[in-house]
Amino acid sequence: MQQPNKLSPFFENLNFERDDNTMVINFGPQHPSAHGQLRLVLELDGEQVVKAYPDIGYLHRGIEKMAENMTYNEFLPTTDRLDYIASTANNYAYALAVEKLLGIEAPRRAQVIRTMLLELNRIISHLFFIATHALDVGAMSVFLYAFREREFAMDLMEDYCGARLTHSAVRIGGVPLDLPNDFMRNIRAFCDKVDYELEHTYNALLQENRIWKMRLEDVGVLTPEDALSWGCTGPMLRGSGIPYDIRKEEPYELYPELDFDIPVADTNDSYGRYRLYMAEMAESTKIIRQLILKYDGTEPQLMAHAPQYISAPKEEIMTQNYALMQHFVLVTQGMRPPKGEVYVPTESPKGELGFYIKSEGEPYAYRLKCRAPSFFHTGLLQEILVGTYIADVVTIIGSTNIVFGEVDR
Amino acid sequence: MRKYTPKDNVQGKAYYTDRYHVVPSVPTFDVATDEVFAKQLATLESKVAVKSAKIMLGQMIVEINAEENFKALETLKNECGYAMLSEMSAVDYLAKDGNFEVFYQMLNLKEVKRMRLVCRVTKGQAVESVVPLYKSANFAEREMFDMFGIVANNHPFMKRILMPDDWEGHPLLKTYPLHGDEFASWYEVDKIFGKDAREAIGPENRDQAQVERYDTKRFSRVGYEVPFGADISEGETETPIEYSKTLLVDYTKNSGKQMDKRK
Repeated sequence: MQQPNKLSPFFENLNFERDDNTMVINFGPQHPSAHGQLRLVLELDGEQVVKAYPDIGYLHRGIEKMAENMTYNEFLPTTDRLDYIASTANNYAYALAVEKLLGIEAPRRAQVIRTMLLELNRIISHLFFIATHALDVGAMSVFLYAFREREFAMDLMEDYCGARLTHSAVRIGGVPLDLPNDFMRNIRAFCDKVDYELEHTYNALLQENRIWKMRLEDVGVLTPEDALSWGCTGPMLRGSGIPYDIRKEEPYELYPELDFDIPVADTNDSYGRYRLYMAEMAESTKIIRQLILKYDGTEPQLMAHAPQYISAPKEEIMTQNYALMQHFVLVTQGMRPPKGEVYVPTESPKGELGFYIKSEGEPYAYRLKCRAPSFFHTGLLQEILVGTYIADVVTIIGSTNIVFGEVDR
Repeated sequence: MRKYTPKDNVQGKAYYTDRYHVVPSVPTFDVATDEVFAKQLATLESKVAVKSAKIMLGQMIVEINAEENFKALETLKNECGYAMLSEMSAVDYLAKDGNFEVFYQMLNLKEVKRMRLVCRVTKGQAVESVVPLYKSANFAEREMFDMFGIVANNHPFMKRILMPDDWEGHPLLKTYPLHGDEFASWYEVDKIFGKDAREAIGPENRDQAQVERYDTKRFSRVGYEVPFGADISEGETETPIEYSKTLLVDYTKNSGKQMDKRK
């Protein structure tokens, strides 16, 4: 054992003197491949991992606690900070949960815009996954190309809501803004660009790349039974051959009207998951193209009409007395949803993002639980890493696509 | 007189409530209205005592005794097809009736059904861990322990997960203030300098991010630009902005000539 004192401090990265000839190393919390603040304590026998212990909580901000101290509308921008790679998906999951509780539905145009933004965010998140995953494994150029396309997508988000990372682009009951003038033309050009680059850049660089396949194939094998037991969702679940996508199975928003496929991989390994992400991006551009056509001919209304819960449009507030009074009450006191509890799952780019809200009829949620997919995927690491080699640890972490904003909340 | 605030629930509260306001409830339905749920409930009732069951917003909510949680989940997993435990956590009702409500959010992928199993535990009572059935409960139960102090018996590694190991108190309790308690405010001082240093540092210096009003030596302050270390307790004088006197050098032409204007 180490005997730490002031002259020889505790050397926490390595623990040499052990009886059983294994070495304990400390991976993170400041490791560039840890995708945030993940600390992994790995026990190694030679190069093989004998035991892995994921230590999380370095980014804990008490978001669930904050939800109990904020009114429903105040809390919405906080959800941006969960999965900060695709923040509209969080805003939407939260807004949908509150809407279910209130029993309201967003108007048609808002639904088109929301679905479009959700899919745009899925592309942003998947591009980020491809970029960082390839960078971790060692393919630097993919990172540069993917970030180029992601930049275009972020510009589109900026055109819509003014923010690039923390969008807050969805409100409870609808969306705050209509699409800007050139948005349709730009997003169509972006879809063309993504489709072209998927075919000619990413697939050309990675799909049949010998090194990429050697690093990913049969690495991080997750059986369907384990995937279900560990609560894996999204690409982690579909990468194990279980075709479950909440957009198809429990459809919300405009997804029942749209024609898209759910890619599934049955190889159970990191390579299958990588292929899945690529295929999902192609599906997302397909969905966006259909939504462009659905936008035309919709009524210009953007927020649901529910005066008890949602403020009237600005023109009405400025011209009608009652709308102004309602707005004043809603801003100063907050909306009071009915008593009840709701759990609403949505398919975020990472997996099943659900919000459990318990309302006691107060303007503050009595309890809000955020079911973050990455939290459960991090828990999986303690089993999936055992028996692998230390060089594959980074591949497996990258393949789970965890984001620490939502792991630690 | 100081305003009365209840000590058993220090979370955000509405400052105004219309006394004639009747809080509506989300409509609930009988389980018999849904065939699949009714069948699953019948299976469950044959194994454990069901206290109440209803359907709210498309999901079944079944309340059971806390002692039978493992048996109930085993039935749901093996006989009702609930292959995934999506989420589990607790709700603090200590201020209302001295209980926690522990909930298990389940998913049946085959029949696309979601249900919530809830049970009530008193303060200090433990629940049986369901890790042998669902491994996703491994992290979820640790989080529940961390946030509420509800222990899961026979859990493989019952330890705090989000908060530091040496933390005191459970942050999601209604009695725990949003800005932390006394222990939380001294945590960093205790950790870095030791408890003995509390007196020397003092409560006003324990926050590293605090900015003193008249401090002109540190970077972050709001107000006019003043010379380093100047005494501004009497008020600050507005100083004209000084631009750098250095002229730009035209490196491109490699002439060493200084440009007379910024370009």
